[in-house]
Order: sequence, then structure tokens, then C-alpha cells
Amino acid sequence: MSFLSHLISGVSLGSIYAIIALGYTMVYGIAKMLNFAHGDVIMVGAYACFFIVSRYGMSPLLGVLLSVAVCTLLGILIERLAYKPLRAAPSLAVLITAIGISYLLQNSAQLLWTSNPKVFTSVVGAGSLKFAGGRLSISVTAIVTIVICAVIMLALTWFTGKTKMGKAMRACSEDKGAAQLMGINVNFTISMTFAIGSALAAIAGVLLCSAYPTLMPTTGSMPGIKAFTAAVFGGIGSIPGALLGGTLLGIIEIFGKAYISTQLSDAIVFAVLIIVLLVKPTGLLGTRIQEKV
Amino acid sequence: MLKVTNINVYYGAIHAVKDVTLEVNEGEIVTLIGANGAGKSTTLQTISGLLRSRSGNISFLDENIGVIAPHKIVERGLAQVPEGRRVFLRMTVRENLEMGAYTQKASGVAADLEHAYALFPRLKERQRQVAGTLSGGEQQMLAMGRAMMSRPKLLMLDEPSMGLAPILVEQIFDIITEMNREGVTILLVEQNAQMALSVANRAYVLETGGIVLHGDASELIGNEDVKRAYLGG
Repeated sequence: MSFLSHLISGVSLGSIYAIIALGYTMVYGIAKMLNFAHGDVIMVGAYACFFIVSRYGMSPLLGVLLSVAVCTLLGILIERLAYKPLRAAPSLAVLITAIGISYLLQNSAQLLWTSNPKVFTSVVGAGSLKFAGGRLSISVTAIVTIVICAVIMLALTWFTGKTKMGKAMRACSEDKGAAQLMGINVNFTISMTFAIGSALAAIAGVLLCSAYPTLMPTTGSMPGIKAFTAAVFGGIGSIPGALLGGTLLGIIEIFGKAYISTQLSDAIVFAVLIIVLLVKPTGLLGTRIQEKV
Repeated sequence: MLKVTNINVYYGAIHAVKDVTLEVNEGEIVTLIGANGAGKSTTLQTISGLLRSRSGNISFLDENIGVIAPHKIVERGLAQVPEGRRVFLRMTVRENLEMGAYTQKASGVAADLEHAYALFPRLKERQRQVAGTLSGGEQQMLAMGRAMMSRPKLLMLDEPSMGLAPILVEQIFDIITEMNREGVTILLVEQNAQMALSVANRAYVLETGGIVLHGDASELIGNEDVKRAYLGG
């Protein structure tokens, strides 16, 4: 039973990584950049929800919605002010800018809200469900997290596969020049991608802090890095890859903690990434299509 | 319809297009021929707005399009089939065609799809296939069908014959003349000067970034310099 319970915690943690990884992977797919500030957007989302719910006493649902709105705007703003002017710049310049934005967000949070940890109240309630005569207990947070992740995946698959905007995003991620020749506004499409990624970051932030209730200005950075790992693990640029990479990473982390060593669990996660990349450099579901001449 | 006046395009310090002036009138097929690296593709990309001219003027249907965004130029009715086809390899044939119709109202797309399939029956057979699995010739057809989906008034084609077997080249050129008969004005960039001059009304010859000759295609076919340089005679 403990195996099953670890597996469910792993899938639940992995679902959070997957939701964050979607933001990395979609932005990478379309803008060909690693948005290292993405993890810190999660933190901003969690703070937004914390203040709305715990300080101003509004309903958790409203807290989630407003935090999604805050992060969406923040994502659009970051792209507009920091990354758009660098569209033609070398990728190293963009990467350094992204790291700069990451520190800017962390330090602004420290300045505004101090570095004292805040205790985040779960937005889904603290209860747990008992199965198998009480031997297996699953927290409501874990179940809600897994369900939300599944809903997001289905929604995104529908969006990118069936809607005009979603298809335009895929076209831009393959060939921006050709997309422009179709009449697609590439800048607007990139902006939309940042908006979606950041909205997902807000949801991930709220879920993360509901499961692990300590909220600090650095809360987003480690999950951000792990979700980035998950995105690379699954094949960066691939939406199913983000789901697979995130889930596997969560399971490996929880199993590593449970059966090997609590201290080594992060090292194990990254070691697995290195091994996968040695064997399959494009990640588990990453592909490279040969161009016909 | 399209008037390009004294445009100059640079890649960094390299002066790729020098004072190019050309004109395309409604209903014509005009071809721009020249060797590799003469600046043909650069000229087309500048007209489409993907590159910008440092001076001069580009006007389409009496509007200065040298200053408007590439996606808005498509809305004006000026489409391009780019060099190397550049179809979306991970998207299906049908999705590629739908992307071509991005600027169009949803209500007209079904009819335009049928029209594209009528021009290129092969595409209909393969509509659910991912474009990356098509042959080079089929990808060229897809690129042309995709451009037609935006209902262009002027269609620019960049090296449509590149890398194709002779029989396919014939087929592609037949379709270009067919599109022209349907009322689409054509600006055709080609290295295959023989084929291009045989279908065009007028031609411009581009050499190291500048226009060195222009005139009726039938005249240029007989021109000794053109024969020596481009027609292998």
C-alpha cells in the first residue's frame, strides 16, 4: 500500500511539474528561448492568491482566477518589455536577460513581501480520502492536482489541434517566416503563448503551495528548474512530452525520497535526465524532422 | 499593380539588391531570372516585407507596402510561395492549407479548399497526411495550394522548379499558367530561365544585385547575351 501511496504522490507532484513544464515547452517551441523567469512567475501567482485569500478573505476560487489574471498580464509584460526587443539578438543575450528577469522578480518579491515564509492556506481543503479500509490515504489536494493537470492537457491538445490560434502557434513554432507569409501576426502569437504559459504558471503556483504550504520569494525557483528538466526530459517543444517528463520526474523524485535517500532525491532526478539525454538527445518524445531538398 | 522603385537591401555590410526597379501589371506573368546569388529571393522577400529596403519604394495597388507588417501585406492580396517551399512539415496537408487561409473568413474556407484540391488532386488524396511525409513535388504543390488559399491578387513564386524532376517541372508550370488564366497575376523567380521565359509575358534579368536587362519574354529568349548566360546556348 505504501508503494501505491508513493506512486500517487509522485503523479501528483509530477502533475505540477508538468503544468509548469508546459509553459517552458510552449514558449521554447515558439520563441526558441528558455524563459528562466518562468519559475518566478509561479511564485508571483502563489503570492497573489495568498494575499487575495488569506489577507483580503475572498473565496479561494476568486483567488485562483485573479492570480491567473495577474500572471497572464505579468507574462505578457515580461515578453513585451524584456524579450521582444531581443527578437533578433543572439540566444545567449536572451538567456541572460531571462535569468536577469528571474532575479528581478525574486528580489522585488523580497522587497515587497520580505523573505519571511508565509503559510499558504490550501485552496482545495486539507482533507484526505481513505481507501482499502484506511490503509491507503490520498489527500484531496493530490487528487485535485492530478485532475486539473489532466483537464489542462486535454484543453491544450484541443486548442493546438483544432483552433485557428492554436494551429497558428504550431505554424510559428515551425517556421516564423513562412507563418508571416500566411498572414499570421507572429508577435501577437508569441505574446499569446506567453499569456497561456503564465496563466498555467499561476495554477501551478497555487497547486504547489496547496501541497507544500511554505511560500517565500524563492519558492518558484527549484520547481521551475525541475519543470525545465521535465520539459527537456520529455522532449522540449512537445506538449505530450511535458506531461510525460513531468509525471516521470515527480514519480522518480518521490520514489527516490522514499526508497533511496531524502538528501539524494534531487541528485537522482538530475542524474536520470543526464542519462536520458545521453541516450536520446532530443528527449523522450522529441523529434527531428529531416527536410526534403 | 506592383511597382518596385530603386530598392536597396543589405545583409549587414553586403549590398544584396542594388537600385532594383520593376513593375508587374495586372494579369501578367512576369519573371525575374538570374544566377544563384543574384538577389532574386532577396527582392521577393523585401516585397513581402520579411526584409526591408533602405531606400526606394514598393507600392502595391497604389499603397506603399514598404512600411507595413508582412502579415498585413498578405491581407492586401499579395502572397508568396517561398524558396524551398517551407511547408509546415509537422502539420497535415489540410492544416497547411488552412494556414494559407489565415487571413480569410471561415465561411469561405471550404470552397477555397475544394478549389485547391481541384488544382492539385494529389493534395486531396493526402489531406490527412503530415506534410513532412510528402515528396518534394507534392510539397511544392502544397506550398502553391497554400498560397492560393489567401485568394491572392498577385502571387510571387520563388524557384518553384527547384530540385524537381523535369516531368514535375512541366506540371508545375502548367498550373502556374492555369492560375494566371483564373485571374491571378504572377511574379515568378526562376533559375530555369528556359521554362520561365516560355510562360512569361515579360522578364527582368538580375545580375549581382542589379537589373541588367528587361523586356518581353519572347525577345529575351532570342537575346544572344541571355542565351549565352542563362539558356546554355
